[in-house]
Amino acid sequence: MVYTRNVLYAAFGLLVTLLALAAIFVLLFADFVALTQLMVYVGGVLVLILFGIMLSNRVADQAIQSESVNFFSGSLAAGMLFSWLLYFILTAEDGLKIPAPANGSIAAKSSITAIGIRLITNFALPFEVTSFILLIALMGAAYISTPEKHD
Amino acid sequence: MIDIPLTHILILGAILFSLGILAVITKRHAIVVLMGIELIFNAANLNLVAFNRYQPDTMGGQVFTLFVMVIAAAETAVALALVLKVYQYFNTVNLDQVRQPSQD
Repeated sequence: MVYTRNVLYAAFGLLVTLLALAAIFVLLFADFVALTQLMVYVGGVLVLILFGIMLSNRVADQAIQSESVNFFSGSLAAGMLFSWLLYFILTAEDGLKIPAPANGSIAAKSSITAIGIRLITNFALPFEVTSFILLIALMGAAYISTPEKHD
Repeated sequence: MIDIPLTHILILGAILFSLGILAVITKRHAIVVLMGIELIFNAANLNLVAFNRYQPDTMGGQVFTLFVMVIAAAETAVALALVLKVYQYFNTVNLDQVRQPSQD
């Protein structure tokens, strides 16, 4: 999605990326997270982004373009960042050599029960704070996007 | 059962993060910048889930991934409302053309 100029193509590239990430979450035994990824990102955020693209461009435009500026220096900075991260990943090999748990202990068991129990016991306060933040953010979004009636 | 090495997942996360950074700093369409931010969120989520794979008894990584997803959804809603407001006000979403309005 980074190398295309068409914004709609970028959105569909993001769709493919999110679907692939959901598949990788399944491979990592995180089935509930994968389902949430499908429902929240693919079903919610991406549709919201498509709505934003449709609403924020004139329909008369033939294609919604997004030109790249500073492409050389930008890719240089991103490449430097990536090589930096890669260096730390590859040299911290001793720290990353955590033995994988035995497959029989976690396979064939859904993670929904464990997540639900953790969510109302250990993570109860972050859960409530997150719901409050979501409420405030949606109220703010609705307030911002309403056209003002005064003046 | 397959067993993906943790390093591969971390490298994929680094690739996603760098591409998100690239999209954020080179694109000038506001919604494409938002998509880059989504890529960065997903790289963070991928790392959290990958580390949770190696510490599965606490489930902290997956629960935190759910929190990150909720925050990302809220962020996208607010940011798209702001983008639509900017579009109504400046008649463009190109970030280079968003300037102080002329005095008229």
